Amino acid sequence: MMVDTLHAVYRRELTSYFQTPLAYVFLGFFAAAAPAFAFYTGRFFDTNRADLAPLFDYLPLLLVILMPALAMRSWAEERDRGTLEFLMALPIPLWAATLGKFLASWTVAAAALVLTFPMWMAVNYLGSPDNTAIATGYLGALLLSGGYLAVGQALSATTSNQVIAFVLGAGACFLLTMAGLPIVQSALGDGAPAFVSEFVAGLSALEHYDAMRYGVVSLPDLLYFVGLIAVSLSIAGLLIADRRGGGR
Amino acid sequence: MCSAMLIADSLVKRFGQFKAVDGVSFTVERGEVLGFLGPNGAGKSTTMRMLAGCLEPDKGVAQIAGHDCVQARLEAQARLGYLPEGAPAYPAMTPRSFVAFGLRARGFRAGALKRATDLALERARLGDMAEKPIGTLSKGYKRRAALAAAIAHDPAVLILDEPTDGLDPNQKDGVRDLIREMAPEKAIIISTHILEEVPAVCSRAIVIAGGRLLFDGTPNALAQRGKDHSIEAAFRQMTQEVEGG
Repeated sequence: MMVDTLHAVYRRELTSYFQTPLAYVFLGFFAAAAPAFAFYTGRFFDTNRADLAPLFDYLPLLLVILMPALAMRSWAEERDRGTLEFLMALPIPLWAATLGKFLASWTVAAAALVLTFPMWMAVNYLGSPDNTAIATGYLGALLLSGGYLAVGQALSATTSNQVIAFVLGAGACFLLTMAGLPIVQSALGDGAPAFVSEFVAGLSALEHYDAMRYGVVSLPDLLYFVGLIAVSLSIAGLLIADRRGGGR
Repeated sequence: MCSAMLIADSLVKRFGQFKAVDGVSFTVERGEVLGFLGPNGAGKSTTMRMLAGCLEPDKGVAQIAGHDCVQARLEAQARLGYLPEGAPAYPAMTPRSFVAFGLRARGFRAGALKRATDLALERARLGDMAEKPIGTLSKGYKRRAALAAAIAHDPAVLILDEPTDGLDPNQKDGVRDLIREMAPEKAIIISTHILEEVPAVCSRAIVIAGGRLLFDGTPNALAQRGKDHSIEAAFRQMTQEVEGG
């Protein structure tokens, strides 16, 4: 029964992405922007290496913007249209609604990553890339997308305005990504104790994603992303559950 | 032991300093259609939302078919059909897919899903509109789509917040016929501003204002309270006393 409800929400959410131009615009933009970043900014051909490093270098930047755009509607739209009332009156546990929405948006994100496969085919045609590293790179990109989507969903639960949800989501994902960069570390550097710098760096999504790009899949990295998704979705669920106690 | 299908026992709900519902109690038995009357802001929708499990009461107990709406929310909601205020629905979905979504979430599959969807769309008289996006439909058809979703799983209890609001006279008649048709098998609450609806479909009426219950009885007994023995006069008399402080 619980799987049925999860599946019902997943199916509705996934369909709703394709009932409006949203999914098509999103996928089209991603399919064009990801190679554009790799070719022009990442100098795909100038590296003289047959790998997807230029793509994976710039993917986090693209995902910081696009994943919150995908997640912003999750709850903000339900609240704005009043359909949250319909959803909350259905006999479905909130975790099923939250997870169903998340899995649907993650499916669209996965479809977007699939659209970069022509680049993978191109590097295989041009040389002999390390396909294992490419596969773990894609796994990292998928997990990073999931983390950003979950954070985006949690922030979507705080407002009935989708634009605010997007700005908050993109801001939070940006901070999550920046945490490990030298600029943040050096800003913390002198004043903060070492354990604070390490803790902040440990929060960085980029740090955990980077390891996977080079073919290393470690348990701490996997746990980081699973943890980020679980914590963010729990926050989304708690924020929505709180509405039962608090009113409109 | 009460055999009521729906119980509101001393419900209280505050929003900040404002007490929206202040100790409202009533019950509804199977076969009853309860008209829930009150001016705007009287606490009708808040009471209905507590009974539907969308809002938790600060005090008191709400029960549907013997299940507490907070402690056993999923069991209570499984036996409830709820038409929220304003009949919200997903604009990109068709009434058919909207009704089917609610049924799937309730565990309906395959043949049972199709049968229940077809029956609900037919009972709510959606006709060809069942296949068009809800966002393109008129207000009346939107409301009927939401109504179809509320009745599709054949619930024991129905809570309908202003089911005829925005409908033309023919559509209103259609919804009233549907309520009468379902009445013997179910416990039904309808909130309405249209007082002529009360004698037409309700077997009992309650009046609330300022979050408090002012009257609970038959439509005839309510009319007796009015100066000219009309429900309108009784309603005005009771609610204006409260609103006037």
